[in-house]
Amino acid sequence: MLGIIRQKVGAGCSSAMLQRIRPVASVCRSYSSSAKEMTVRDALNSALDEEMSADPKVFLMGEEVGEYQGAYKISKGLLDKYGPDRVLDTPITEAGFTGIGVGAAYYGLKPVVEFMTFNFSMQAIDHIINSAAKSNYMSASQINVPIVFRGPNGAAAGVGAQHSQCYAAWFAAIPGLKVLTPYSSEDARGLLKAAIRDPDPVVFLENELLYGESFPVSAEVLDSSFCLPIGKAKIEREGKDITITAFSKMVGYALQAAEILAKEGISAEVINLRSIRPLDRATINTSVRKTNRLVTVEEGFPQHGVGAEICTSVVEESFGYLDAPVERIAGADVPMPYAANLERLALPQVEDIVRAAKRACYRSVPLAASA
Amino acid sequence: MMAAWVRNSANIMINRFKSKMGSLGMTNFSSWSSSFTRTFPVVPASCAQNLRIPVGDFSNSPAHFRFCSYRFESGKAETLSDDGDANQVLDLPEGKVKFSYELSFISESAEERECCYRVLDENGKQILPSSYVEVSPELSVKMYSEMVMLQTMDNIFYEAQRQGRISFYVTTAGEEAINIASAAALAFDDIVLPQYREPGVLLWRGFTLQEFANQCFGNKADYGKGRQMPIHYGSNKHNYFTISSTIATQLPQAVGVAYSLKMDRKDACVVTYFGDGGTSEGDFHAALNFAAVTEAPVIFICRNNGWAISTPTSDQFRSDGVVVKGRAYGIRSIRVDGNDALAMYSAVSAAREMAVSEQRPILIEALTYRVGHHSTSDDSTKYRPVDEIERWKIERDPVTRFRKWIESNGWWSEKAEIEARNSARKQILHAIQEAEKVEKPPVADMFTDVYDCPPSNLLEQEKLLRETIKRHPQDYPSDVPV
Repeated sequence: MLGIIRQKVGAGCSSAMLQRIRPVASVCRSYSSSAKEMTVRDALNSALDEEMSADPKVFLMGEEVGEYQGAYKISKGLLDKYGPDRVLDTPITEAGFTGIGVGAAYYGLKPVVEFMTFNFSMQAIDHIINSAAKSNYMSASQINVPIVFRGPNGAAAGVGAQHSQCYAAWFAAIPGLKVLTPYSSEDARGLLKAAIRDPDPVVFLENELLYGESFPVSAEVLDSSFCLPIGKAKIEREGKDITITAFSKMVGYALQAAEILAKEGISAEVINLRSIRPLDRATINTSVRKTNRLVTVEEGFPQHGVGAEICTSVVEESFGYLDAPVERIAGADVPMPYAANLERLALPQVEDIVRAAKRACYRSVPLAASA
Repeated sequence: MMAAWVRNSANIMINRFKSKMGSLGMTNFSSWSSSFTRTFPVVPASCAQNLRIPVGDFSNSPAHFRFCSYRFESGKAETLSDDGDANQVLDLPEGKVKFSYELSFISESAEERECCYRVLDENGKQILPSSYVEVSPELSVKMYSEMVMLQTMDNIFYEAQRQGRISFYVTTAGEEAINIASAAALAFDDIVLPQYREPGVLLWRGFTLQEFANQCFGNKADYGKGRQMPIHYGSNKHNYFTISSTIATQLPQAVGVAYSLKMDRKDACVVTYFGDGGTSEGDFHAALNFAAVTEAPVIFICRNNGWAISTPTSDQFRSDGVVVKGRAYGIRSIRVDGNDALAMYSAVSAAREMAVSEQRPILIEALTYRVGHHSTSDDSTKYRPVDEIERWKIERDPVTRFRKWIESNGWWSEKAEIEARNSARKQILHAIQEAEKVEKPPVADMFTDVYDCPPSNLLEQEKLLRETIKRHPQDYPSDVPV
């Protein structure tokens, strides 16, 4: 835990960022009894390495993925191992290398395209949506597109509006795409391997703040054959009073909230969505039918978000089971401010999840007292 | 096509960057979380700084320029001979640059426009002496017959659209020579990523008239299962990618396909087509740059036909057309008379040879004129003079020009002409009638191919739809087979 904090300090982060790291780091403590740990960064790196080693058609391309070893060192060591034909440093043109990746996938290769952040994927979104997502359908399966678009998504810390947006709802709106959002090292390894092996285009949304975090991993997870199914959520913590859905970094927050709620006698079930498209509606609805209450958590903007979709699914399939209105927690409906105090306000916090859960359980404290 | 892919790409790893890695050293891992912007140093900082300094030794310059005279340290000036300053060069990471002591800018245009390569004059007479690639009598006749077929097909499909039998059509009128001659110069294994004005390439490769008609009528025999609007043909077995409506996206994709060929050391190249308007898209520039950097075997063929719908080239770019852009990206380029089938054939043959044997991209700008309207949704007489259209249609028609050449060689006659046109017309009318009779795609085709395997929500949707149709058959159109 201390190691993580030291590393962030070494990177010259502000003290505001440290405040944000602490609660996350405390999650690790609850796992520390497990024997073997692995960072999300190493999980992604090893998954890439193993898939490249297993299939010569897999190659990685993007800005700084080769000699610089990736802007976040996810591709560390891969250039040395696989050479510049398979670890391709590209000119700075998202539309260019995304189009080239799509073309290579059209004709037999399996590209993994790294965006330095998914914010920059906006310069290439035409290739992802109009070409990658639709070609299999438009060509009636004459052209399939086995490609992975990956990189950090959502808010990091102190990097402002153009580096801090969550694109889960954007890509998840498109038939033809699969959208995965890993949280832990197990997720990162299992889902990235699944994404690379999948015959369809996959958008793989990582989180910068999770890269340095360690999670316990079992021997099964470390095995090179390990792979997770696409479209299946994971119940991270079982509970009976309320369901909390979350993905990516927010899973950690939801688990912390569950811990706090437990002390107050509320048993929360935390669902790590893992896959935003296909969405595991069955797991969500089964849980809601058991707990009769739901809080959805996401960092992205509220309108037309992942929470809205989950809410619709529950209203359609399990309305009669609900004992309270669904609570939706999302990022504020504004571009991300840079100032640390405002940035914190713009993002869901653990307290927000706790408060919403209590409201849904009719145990809320008056708002004025908590404000 | 995909299945036949040879899995040998692992064998061609070249560690040409290995030595550079050493000098760069291992990157400082403590910078992980702060490296989200694009400004982190990729090259050593001293080099990066030098790249931004515009000019070298200002010993003869006004005083206010002098402040930067001594800032070249790692990119040092080096003397090649004893002639002093005149032969000094700036040694940059990508090569040496000579100094100039004139304050002069590169002109925005060359004094003369780039020349246009041509073999046949407007009357189909061979210009002597001209260098060109020999074409046999058989191949010449086949090329001409296919041009006639393409012209006839366009006329009849266009009429079918006017009669409301199909929703949309685009003709190639005026650009038949680019279509057929470029196709004839390629090998069948070469991969084509077309725009939408190159059906002649597909025709040349053996896509039948019935297959064309099935696509335009969106019936269940269409390889696209009726999912795309007319003229968006695609056929794996003809190495012809399904057409995208979006402009220029096929260009970077073509570089990707070429990269794939390169990885597998195939004896083939990629050919991609686009119009003058497409060169304004960012994708065009990205594609040329990437093709040059990745040394991809790809031929870019620009059909510069003067008009992007109603936008003339003068509003599209201020460069000398498209051909000059190749050099800016480090790509070998040629400008060709696109209405001269022999010139087009020769240029594409030579380009293919270089692309495959030297593993490099080539840019071809074919000058031509869009004689037809942009599409059936357009009336071009609203924005361009009718006599301009007529002049190109009558005096500069590429099909007539090539006919004159083969006739002068004694390979074609008036009788053959009449027979070819009658036969083409009959075959096309027949194909259309057949296509109209074929059933439209079934309900199942609505849901397949969104993914490799349909996910549960799609299976559910399909089930729901089928149940609803069963319950309310009268509310559903009878022309959708369940």
